[in-house]
This record gives sequence, C-alpha cells and structure tokens, in this order.
Amino acid sequence: MNKKISQQAKMLREIMSYHFKAVDLTLYLDTHPSDVKALAEYNHTTQILNNLTAAYEQCYGPLTVFGSAMSQYPWRWIEEPWPWQVEF
Amino acid sequence: MWLYQKALEYPVRVSGPNPRLAKIVLEQYGGSDGEAGAANRYLTQRYMMPTGMAKGILTDIGTEELAHWEIIATLFYKLMKGVTPAQIKAAGLADYYANHGKDVYLQNAGGVPFTAAYFATKGDPVANLVEDMAAEQKARATYEHILNLSDDPCVNDTLKFLREREVVHFQRFGEVLDNVQTWMNTKKCF
Repeated sequence: MNKKISQQAKMLREIMSYHFKAVDLTLYLDTHPSDVKALAEYNHTTQILNNLTAAYEQCYGPLTVFGSAMSQYPWRWIEEPWPWQVEF
Repeated sequence: MWLYQKALEYPVRVSGPNPRLAKIVLEQYGGSDGEAGAANRYLTQRYMMPTGMAKGILTDIGTEELAHWEIIATLFYKLMKGVTPAQIKAAGLADYYANHGKDVYLQNAGGVPFTAAYFATKGDPVANLVEDMAAEQKARATYEHILNLSDDPCVNDTLKFLREREVVHFQRFGEVLDNVQTWMNTKKCF
C-alpha cells in the first residue's frame, strides 16, 4: 500500500510542478499577452501536462471530472487519497 | 463554472503533530488577510472591471487563492493528525476542540469567525485594485509572522511558497492597475 502511494505521489508531484508552471505563466500572460516566448513556453508546458495527466489518469483515475477526463469502471473519481491525504 | 483538480498546487509535508502551529496557520484560513478573504475579494470584484485583462487577472488570481486556501486546510489537517486530547489541552486548543474537534473551521488564529467585512467592493476599479495590492502585502506580512512563530521546517517550506505567491500577485495587480488607468485616460480622449 505504501509503495503504491509513493509511486502515485511521485507521478502526482511531477504533474503538480508543471501545473504550477502553467499557473504562473497564465498570470504572466494575462498582463503580457504579446510575449511570444512566454506564450510558446505556456503551450509547451500544456502539452507536457496533457501527456503526464493522461498517463497518471490511466493508473489512478481522473484528476478532473465534470466532463474533463474519462473514467475506467467503476467510477474512479472517489478513490483515495484525496489531495490533503497524499504523503509526499 | 469551476473545475476541481484532484491535486494540491504545492506539496504539503509536516514533521509531526503540532496543534500549536495548527491553530496559528488558521490565521491564513479564515483571518482578515487570509486566503478565503483573498479568493472572495477577487472573485467578487471581477464583474465590473473595465478591461479583459483586469477581469482575467482577478478570475485567475482568485482561483489560485482557492488552491492556497486548500493548502492551509491541508496544513491544519496534517498538523492535527494523531494529536491526543491531552496534547490539544497543553497547546491551548481545548476551546477550539470542544466545538470543532479536529475539523478545520473558517476562523482566524484568535478564534474570530470569518466575515465578508474583511473585503470590499467599492464600485471603482482603481479603488478595488489598490485594495487588492494592499491585501497581497498584508498577506505577505502575515506569512512572515507565521514563519517567525513556526518550529517546523517542512511547514516553513510550504509557507515560503505561499509567501512568494503574494509577491507575484502584487506585481500582477500593479500591472493591471496601469492597464486600467491607461484605459481610463484613453476613454477621455474620444
């Protein structure tokens, strides 16, 4: 159980670091919409994030619902751990 | 519409149970300059902003503050995990525990419940944005006070991340204030 969680936390952590990069670039682009380099970096980060997220969701279920990601059977969204339970 | 992502914005680790510190971090959960106030301030002010940039930044920073609010709750949850009633009593949390047990509650470190009176909508984009900039500085100062009181290096790592975000938000709000003032000046020309 612990091993499974730590592999999950490892994958999650990588997604979190790219996701944070995307958050920070979003705020920057809001006030610098014509920065070509930042926009390319944002699009590149989004592409990496899409790939990492798809790989994670195959193993551990959706990271987002309401139509953003598909789920295997049975409905995997409710599987623990929830974010506050993850041991990093 | 909002989407919930089943991941924190930044990892939360604690060295061990620490009810004294758990109570202190509540200041940023439901305090006057905490994350709930920040999220509600920006997400409430955005509707009447005059430019797309101002509407966008208030939406996005307001959303990021919700993620910070979750990080603070996670700190509290982890710091209270495994704590015994005797430890709670010794840390001065008996009054908190009597009402809430180990649940997180929307209050400040002193026990004052959260109120909408902590933020304003002034019907004036410049007044609102200047309040937002002050709010970021007050939140930064609060994080520094909590860092001064903290004895857990793992918690400090997360607090330092959150402190840094206040500095970035302050910068972005300053840029939006310029954008809104330029918009107001050009509007007068025609």
